[in-house]
Amino acid sequence: MATTSIQVNETPLVLYLLRRADDALILGHRLSEWIGLGPILEEEMALGNIGLDLIGQARSLYAYAAEAEAAGNDEDTFAYLRDAPQYRNLLLAEQPNGDFGQTMVRQLFYSAFADLYWRAMTGSHDTTLAAVAAKSEKESAYHLRHSSEWVIRLGDGTEESHARVQESVDLLWPYTGEMFECDAAERTLADGRTVIDPATLRNAWDGTIGAVLSRATLTLPQNGWMQSGGRTVRHSEHLGHLLSTMQHVQRTYPGAAW
Amino acid sequence: MTPADAEALRLRALQAVEGVCDPEIPVLTIADLGVLRDVAIRDGRVEVTITPTYSGCPAMNMIQFEIEMALDRAGIGGGRVRTVLSPAWTTDWMTEDGRRKLREYGIAPPVPGSGRRALFGVDVVACPRCGSERTEVVAEFGSTSCKALWRCLECREPFDYFKCH
Repeated sequence: MATTSIQVNETPLVLYLLRRADDALILGHRLSEWIGLGPILEEEMALGNIGLDLIGQARSLYAYAAEAEAAGNDEDTFAYLRDAPQYRNLLLAEQPNGDFGQTMVRQLFYSAFADLYWRAMTGSHDTTLAAVAAKSEKESAYHLRHSSEWVIRLGDGTEESHARVQESVDLLWPYTGEMFECDAAERTLADGRTVIDPATLRNAWDGTIGAVLSRATLTLPQNGWMQSGGRTVRHSEHLGHLLSTMQHVQRTYPGAAW
Repeated sequence: MTPADAEALRLRALQAVEGVCDPEIPVLTIADLGVLRDVAIRDGRVEVTITPTYSGCPAMNMIQFEIEMALDRAGIGGGRVRTVLSPAWTTDWMTEDGRRKLREYGIAPPVPGSGRRALFGVDVVACPRCGSERTEVVAEFGSTSCKALWRCLECREPFDYFKCH
């Protein structure tokens, strides 16, 4: 007997926390899909470790959301008992892995943002968020370094690796704009110095990405129309499939633990 | 409970838990790592405060369990373990003793002064076997989140490096 989804009382803080936790969980889950399929052993380790860092960040954020909501939810109910129309992650995170290069491009785009974002968030007036940020910032720096080095190697590689990774850059580029959005609810939190407005990070992110793509001999796409909707639960066709795999066991055997 | 009794209990608890070892690196105690933050008495009960190392460190559940077992074995009932995220754990909190034990175990300890690593930056890491600084990174991510795989160009042996964090 499958378990039905929970309902969440999404105050501005809870909404904010679920968004960031969902980013980390969904991207972490995507990376876990590489386990057993890594191109070489060192990358098997790297993808697993990066995914683990992200899932750990998700756990801290979900735990804080549970405390803030104070309605009896916990990290497991948030992760396993919300359906796609309740998830608040960036569309970028749910995009499929594609080939190894595409996974690295997605990681580069996300980590370049996360590195800047969590560093700025260490100044949050909310001590729990500042503490999560302090850990996440250091981890994101490693993720950024790793993905940058691969994008450079693949871009400035063979004709085939260059063509493939350029295709990935062009494919994922329209998903990058969403990272810099800030709606009304988050703006009130930003005014209170609980969170920062991610739009303020745009220039720095452009700088990092520009430098890496240039060194990779890749072409920076023109900024055109950007995909959006993940923050307001309008997801791509991929999230439902991802969640059905991720949540299948918990929904079939409610409360199972091992 | 008198203040003297409370202090005696606190010391007994401290002695019991400071020897709890990291399940992945069994030569290091949670005191060596700087994971053990405080042992206090609150409302007559022992409260042990720990801080996680990496966000997703799977050893933390085990460490919490080991602390509860250690208190149990010392005949201390009703103790609880509290995890705090702030201030964030850093490799700078690792004791000198801890660093020495790591080196002897064959793992290069984190280079002190964990500043932000610049993109494409490099640490100088000494080989834990022969001491040479002619070493290079093989893989940034090792068997655990906290370690990277390096090799020594002098004695030709690979070794784990406990990353700065």
